[in-house]
Amino acid sequence: MPSLKALRGRINSVKSTRKITQAMKMVAAAKLRRAQSQAEAARPYAERMARMLASLGASVAGSPDAPKLLVGTGQDRVHLLVVVTADRGLAGPFNTNVGRFARHRIRALEAEGKTVKVLSVGRKGAAFLKREFARLVVGEISFMGKKRIGFEDASDIADRITAMLETGEFDVCELIYNRFQSVITQVPTAQRLIPAPMPEAEAETASGPQALYEYEPAEEEILSTLLPRNLAIQVYRALLENNAGFYGSQMNAMDNATRNAGEMINKLTLNYNRTRQANITKELIEIISGAEAV
Amino acid sequence: MATFQLELVSPEKLLLSRPVEMAVLPAAEGEMGVLPGHAPMIVALRGGIITVTENGQVTDRLFVGGGFAEVTPERCTVLADEATPVSQLSKADAELRVREAEAAYSAAAAETPEKRDAAMAKLLAARAMLGAAEAA
Repeated sequence: MPSLKALRGRINSVKSTRKITQAMKMVAAAKLRRAQSQAEAARPYAERMARMLASLGASVAGSPDAPKLLVGTGQDRVHLLVVVTADRGLAGPFNTNVGRFARHRIRALEAEGKTVKVLSVGRKGAAFLKREFARLVVGEISFMGKKRIGFEDASDIADRITAMLETGEFDVCELIYNRFQSVITQVPTAQRLIPAPMPEAEAETASGPQALYEYEPAEEEILSTLLPRNLAIQVYRALLENNAGFYGSQMNAMDNATRNAGEMINKLTLNYNRTRQANITKELIEIISGAEAV
Repeated sequence: MATFQLELVSPEKLLLSRPVEMAVLPAAEGEMGVLPGHAPMIVALRGGIITVTENGQVTDRLFVGGGFAEVTPERCTVLADEATPVSQLSKADAELRVREAEAAYSAAAAETPEKRDAAMAKLLAARAMLGAAEAA
């Protein structure tokens, strides 16, 4: 049986742990609110943009000089996975979930005989992916030390993807990130960026081929600004969703930790009191039996 | 009168999504009126004012700082780089933007033509904003 002093020490240490986790929970909750509204506000734009791209893609598809950013290279050999994770841990299964999802995806693609390349965004994912797929990781980006993720950060990533496409380093690009569904659920999601996903079901129901769009100014001019912008928007959205999900997950994890610490303290306190009483009883018995012996 | 679905989104939020009779967009090559049943089009927008008409009345005026619009016979989606209802524009902000844009434009004079064009577009958008703020 541990001594009273040791028990007191443990109770104190669990108490200070609880204080820390509670503080972290508060911080995460405060940051979550902002991150969540930011992520949710960015959704309509990204969705409309994706829809516009989809119908654009359907109307341009088939023409030989369609831009690569829209229709890809026409091959399906090299896949680039952009895996978005958080820069920090202590957020429950948040990073592990994306990691596991990415691993499944990589295995599935490799089983099909594709070449896979990985661009990792976020420090935690980089560590995980490098351990298992060091040969596949072609680059990593992290925002350590940055207070807020801005649109410029997303454009940087998008520029990098574009540059890689232009040098022919991949054929298909997919974005893997945690979609923020609610504070307690984040769903790892894969979203295809290049070529732009086409609404196949819709195209079938529509009578005949999709109506062709008119462009003003010229088609190339619009596409050359629209496509990189779309890419940046989609990446930006993934970053925001990831950010909001991270705080949600962290808040949850810290809430659990705080509760567990509370339970631990109760158990230890009970144990402490029992030991204390046992000690008193023992001493009393010793005194009484001593007195009786005299 | 027939209506079509007008949607106006900026990266920050969804500003407008409702059926309207007519919308006038500041397209890159001139103002463009959109009515129900318009031919499918994709247009680039310059900085300017979107005017929304319902029941024969102008019901909304919104400033957009450039972007794109997708027009189909049954809907019109405006993807604005930024958007503010004209009633919320402030003249002081607009003046500041014009000054900044003018400075940026003169700084870009020695740059590549693309950069100069971008700075010019910003300046024009800022001037449109100022004009709208003064009129409001």
